[in-house]
Amino acid sequence: MPQKLKNNPRKLNTLKKTQSGIKGLDEITGGGLPKGRPTLVCGAAGCGKTLMAIEFIVKGILEFGEPGVFMAFEEKAGELETNVSSLGFNLAKLQKDGLLRVDHVHIDKSEIEETGEYDLDGLFIRLGYAIDSIGAKRVVLDTIENLFSGLNNQAILRAELRRLFGWLKDKGVTAIITGEKGDGTLTRQGLEEYVSDCVILLDHRVTNQISTRLLRIVKYRGSLHGTNEYPFLIDEEGISVLPITSLMLNSEVSSQRISSGIPALDNMLGGQGFFRGSSILISGTAGTGKTSLAAYFANESCNRKERCIYFAFEESPQQIMRNMRSIGMDLQAHIDKGLLEMHSARPTLNGLEMHLVAIHKHVKRFKPRAVILDPITNLITVGSISEVKAMLIRLIDFLQTEQITVLFTALSLNTIVTEQTDEGVSSLVDAWLLVRDIESNGERNRGMYIMKSRGMKHSNQVREFVITDEGLDLVDVYLGTDGVLTGSAREAQQLLETTTKVLRTHAISRKDLEIQRKRKVLEAKIASLQEEFESVQDELSKSYVEEDLRKEIMEKNREELIQNRQTKNTGNVKK
Amino acid sequence: MQKSEEHAGRKEHSQQHGKEYVLRLYITGATPNSIRALTNIKELCEAHLQGRYYLEIIDVYQQADIAEKEQLIALPLLIKKTPLPEKRLIGDLSDTEKVLKGLGLKL
Repeated sequence: MPQKLKNNPRKLNTLKKTQSGIKGLDEITGGGLPKGRPTLVCGAAGCGKTLMAIEFIVKGILEFGEPGVFMAFEEKAGELETNVSSLGFNLAKLQKDGLLRVDHVHIDKSEIEETGEYDLDGLFIRLGYAIDSIGAKRVVLDTIENLFSGLNNQAILRAELRRLFGWLKDKGVTAIITGEKGDGTLTRQGLEEYVSDCVILLDHRVTNQISTRLLRIVKYRGSLHGTNEYPFLIDEEGISVLPITSLMLNSEVSSQRISSGIPALDNMLGGQGFFRGSSILISGTAGTGKTSLAAYFANESCNRKERCIYFAFEESPQQIMRNMRSIGMDLQAHIDKGLLEMHSARPTLNGLEMHLVAIHKHVKRFKPRAVILDPITNLITVGSISEVKAMLIRLIDFLQTEQITVLFTALSLNTIVTEQTDEGVSSLVDAWLLVRDIESNGERNRGMYIMKSRGMKHSNQVREFVITDEGLDLVDVYLGTDGVLTGSAREAQQLLETTTKVLRTHAISRKDLEIQRKRKVLEAKIASLQEEFESVQDELSKSYVEEDLRKEIMEKNREELIQNRQTKNTGNVKK
Repeated sequence: MQKSEEHAGRKEHSQQHGKEYVLRLYITGATPNSIRALTNIKELCEAHLQGRYYLEIIDVYQQADIAEKEQLIALPLLIKKTPLPEKRLIGDLSDTEKVLKGLGLKL
């Protein structure tokens, strides 16, 4: 919206505007109040008119260097100083520095006697002197209608007021005139007739015992402006108006993925987790671990050194921290490091709008990357379904433009899986996880599945969601003949499987042994046969050798015989 | 402190004149209302308070800073300082009855 407005001045003679410095007001007025013209701020008693006026002056001095004159017809300067000191406005110092003049106009009918024609020149001179003495650019008249209770001659007053507003325009000061809401009119004395450039109506409405402050721009001559009723908040920092309705769906998107803190869940979400800046809804029946899931997500954000705000509408931060410690998560450590903030408030503390405003403020200040609302169901107690939906739409819009991931938890009141959550936000969110009880075999177990997850591959499986001392985990459920097995049935099934496996292994090893034994027998047989063969071979070879030996010996003997015979013959001859 | 001294000074001033009636008329230059108020009060005083009054006329245009100090809103304004109670009369003082009542000259 601001960028759009920056482009505007190229038009000829656009209305010049003075930034009010009030958070959000400049956005809905498209840049501020009409410069050099009076603006009427009207509303019933106690709706914040004086505060808005004084903030306009103080912010003008502090942020825009424009000195201001505050003319109080109701409160004395001292009272005013005390009243706004709680907002951190030091009027005394500003007055001393010559940037502010507070002039209390005292008018008491009992002291005054009207004796003929008169005019309000005294007021003009006073105001003119105050403006000129500090070079004021901003003027507040709070509440000028009090003149009507002090002076009788209405004709003169009306004529003089008309002159006053004209005179203020001539002076070129941007003025706020406050006026009490009248019966059927915007102000009791019909000031809107005179101040016709810009009229802002403040309202303080109580529905279902819950009050909401609302601001509406009734008219703004020569300028575009937001026409809705915008809730605003008065707190220790003053007024914040929040133009929360985003007109267009054109926020940036990120394709960066962030982990849910549970690896098994990330696996179900295409292995990487959620998209950054997306909105996630976890719905489920009571006691299904929604808060634990949310806390896990917060914990994971903090582990990534990203800031996270946790808004709890049911439990106190201490309670959540204690409970999370039981599943092995230390959130206190993150709080100490300044990465995590927890805010608890009963939904009935404020109206819906106020919650939204409070969330806005915290988000703007803390600049988290992730926001958790736990649970949104309770907001129903302070508004109708359509109001809650409208609020959540605005919240999602706001957080998406800021690229903040938001996680809601919602309680579904029945165990039947409905296509619609109570708050009707399921169509708005990017990812919807459902945690539900699965009751079988006399026990309840938690089952989780992903109803939707825009823009990513995700598992269609039901997983069992287990919470242990070590934390959360998702386990595959068993699909048996009786349907889905969870809890002890799943464990029994797991045991059964393990047993079968052991038995099988055992059987296999026995068979192996037999084979080995058989082999050994076989090998023994082979060995004996071999030996038998060897002995036969031995026997055979032995006969060969014997024969050879015999042959050899016989040969030898024959030769010896021959020799012996020859020797005998020769001996005879010689004799 | 300073203020009370100023008041004391004024009292002295009025005592110096020794007048019973100390009146102060705030006007704005030469506007018709101012002129009428001035003529009216002068006539009235001469008729009813001859010699018993001290009338101070202040042009607020000349001393803009007193407008805040004296809580001036509607002008012309006549303040009866003494005798007490102090009384403020606004307008051009053309309603003689009211003026006389305001000055305590008529019940």
